[in-house]
Amino acid sequence: MKKLSVLICVLLGSALPGWTQQPGNASPPAPCCDAIEQQLKAMEDRIILLEGQVRLLKEQLTQSSQPAPATGAETAAAGTSASPATVTGPGGTQLPVYGGAGAAAKALNPDISVIGDFIGAAGHYPTPPGSVIRQAGFQSLTMHESEVGFQAIIDPYARGDFFLSFGESGVDLEEGYITFTALPAGFVARAGKMRAAFGKVNSLHNHVLPWVDRPLVTENLVGGEDGIDDAGFSIQRILPAPKGIFLEATGQVFRGDTGAQTFFLPNGGTVEQTLFTASNKRDVSTVAHLRGYKDITESTNLDLGLSYGRGHNELGSDFLTQLYGVDATVRWKPLRRSIYHSFVGRTELIWSQRQQPINLAGEQRSFGMYASGDYQLGRRWFVGGRYDYAQRARDANQLDRGASAVLTYWPSEFSQIRGQYRFTRYAEGINANELLLQVQFSLGAHGAHPF
Amino acid sequence: MTRSRMSSRWLLALAALVLAVLAFPPAAEAKKLNVVTSTTDMAALAQEVGGDKITVEAIAKGYQDPHFVEAKPSFLLKLRNADLLILVGLQLEIGWLPPLITQCGNGRIQVGAPGYLDASQFAQILDVPTGQITRAMGDVHPLGNPHYWLDPNNGRRIARGIAQKLGEMDSADSQYFQQRFQDFDRRLTAAEKTWDAQMAPYHGRKLVAYHTSWSNFARYFGLQIVGYIEPRPGIPPTPGHTLEIIQLMKRDNIKVVVVEPYFDLKTPNSIGSATGAKVLVLLPSVGGEKQVTDYFKLFDYDINLLIQAFKATQ
Repeated sequence: MKKLSVLICVLLGSALPGWTQQPGNASPPAPCCDAIEQQLKAMEDRIILLEGQVRLLKEQLTQSSQPAPATGAETAAAGTSASPATVTGPGGTQLPVYGGAGAAAKALNPDISVIGDFIGAAGHYPTPPGSVIRQAGFQSLTMHESEVGFQAIIDPYARGDFFLSFGESGVDLEEGYITFTALPAGFVARAGKMRAAFGKVNSLHNHVLPWVDRPLVTENLVGGEDGIDDAGFSIQRILPAPKGIFLEATGQVFRGDTGAQTFFLPNGGTVEQTLFTASNKRDVSTVAHLRGYKDITESTNLDLGLSYGRGHNELGSDFLTQLYGVDATVRWKPLRRSIYHSFVGRTELIWSQRQQPINLAGEQRSFGMYASGDYQLGRRWFVGGRYDYAQRARDANQLDRGASAVLTYWPSEFSQIRGQYRFTRYAEGINANELLLQVQFSLGAHGAHPF
Repeated sequence: MTRSRMSSRWLLALAALVLAVLAFPPAAEAKKLNVVTSTTDMAALAQEVGGDKITVEAIAKGYQDPHFVEAKPSFLLKLRNADLLILVGLQLEIGWLPPLITQCGNGRIQVGAPGYLDASQFAQILDVPTGQITRAMGDVHPLGNPHYWLDPNNGRRIARGIAQKLGEMDSADSQYFQQRFQDFDRRLTAAEKTWDAQMAPYHGRKLVAYHTSWSNFARYFGLQIVGYIEPRPGIPPTPGHTLEIIQLMKRDNIKVVVVEPYFDLKTPNSIGSATGAKVLVLLPSVGGEKQVTDYFKLFDYDINLLIQAFKATQ
């Protein structure tokens, strides 16, 4: 009845020639019209509120439009149903399917993304004479990595992230972990396989590096491209600090198997070397990281870190490899032109202390570092350089040095083309001059990485 | 052996550090609700209804592109003690806010928790794409245009929603928040009358904009945005598209170009030179200029600039 009277008032009101909303109309609106206008506005607000609630619900449904694996994923999609339905698996077994296999189950599918990393390499990359030599360089043309990400909130207390790294042949779980986001006292914990918080570069995925390759010190002392990337758990917390300083401590314990690198032998064969090796279950490795950060101005900030890593090496449980690291990063990005100009200067200093028996030259204490600078010239162009210096972990007398110049172009936020000239002078006295070309491209919803 | 003992001592020291960290009590509960917002506009609206019963801090600055904010650790310091996080939503902050939420160690503001408030649920959303969405369309927002606060009606709706949320979180002051909202509503209604009267002579005027920030603003004030300097949202201007825009402006006699403060003025100025149009740096957010300190001053500033430009180009 009320609605009917409102409708009548609306019709009457709209029929009145003088009733409009135009400013400057001299005749004041009738009180009846004011009331109708208010009621209409209230109804409009109510409709918009309901639309907003529907939109929030649809927001998760939108995720189902992301590319999904052709098989398996839909039937395995998690849902809200408390009791699992069942489907027949390939072997005729009954597999639990929580949430049912209907369209609604897609709403809770994770964000799915793929990042392609194509690399071309040209130039002089000689094979040094002698025993075991460096890890093989990039091939002439290679689909270096296809990183597939699955990311979702698991429940009110945790989120899950999986990153699978596909090579041209073979697949590796780069990271797969649960993050507990709602722990008491401000703790954040992770469990699963993850890149360790040792320094800066070790924790970065390939697609967020400012270079095609990784620094020599990573190759020589910290396990190469994979770095310290192992199964374990991690706990971190922001610590109280004065004057707006951000201080964060991270402690991590891993199984102790990590940093595998394949090296080519002069005879054409290969040999695999690792950073940490667990000969038994007690041979866990540990990583600790302390990070301090301060905004110098709204455009400039300083980021400092101290890292420690400890694990057993492939020579057995009695032989430890310990790593000590210091990293420093200066960033500049003017906020009013943040999409056009920025600078990142970074250095990492790493010391390796590797226990070896006397017949293998005894304990080796090696040092390596890199220093880099990357400047954003414009919205799409970046230029950078890097200096490398690294002794080798197994023989500190062997010293490699190098320098790189990098030019990057972004067609959009979702693709980039990069060229890198790399010069390396290896300990064997051999010089390598290489030109690397990289094309990276991103499909789907890849979650932002930590700063 | 000595080295091994040294390592053990080092590890003991590390363990002691961890225990010391564990021993820190949780941050003391603040009497006022601690509100953190992703943008200054949400902060301005929260302040309007929260008054002195809340503290408010925004993460992004008003003159900063809200799509591309760096997820600095210093923001974690704000978020870790927040009781309420208010975000614009519609994927505006997707590139930087999620890792901050995950890392801050504050369970109160995690997605779905009581302290997580997506303000887009209260607003009328425009430019919701239909049909298949691809990245070929540029950096399109699949859920609609996230610059919705630039419609005063949406400002009112958001403020009402925030007042409701604050009342739920602090029931003792619920009445206070509602009174603050009623007061804001009255002042906004009065301001709207003034703004409507000021803009009425220019109803239907055509503009060219840099980015799709102004859909709600243009709809409310009856302006027509007929072209964008970006060929597609988030894609930088190209020479070919710039020429098309110049031809369009000459053909339709469009004399005003509006640009957000975080975009480079080179292309807009060259378009202005070629067409005789005025290039205006309009503010999409509170704090875009020093004197624009609240939601009302944001509209005052933009309307004043537009009126001057319209008068000069009549």
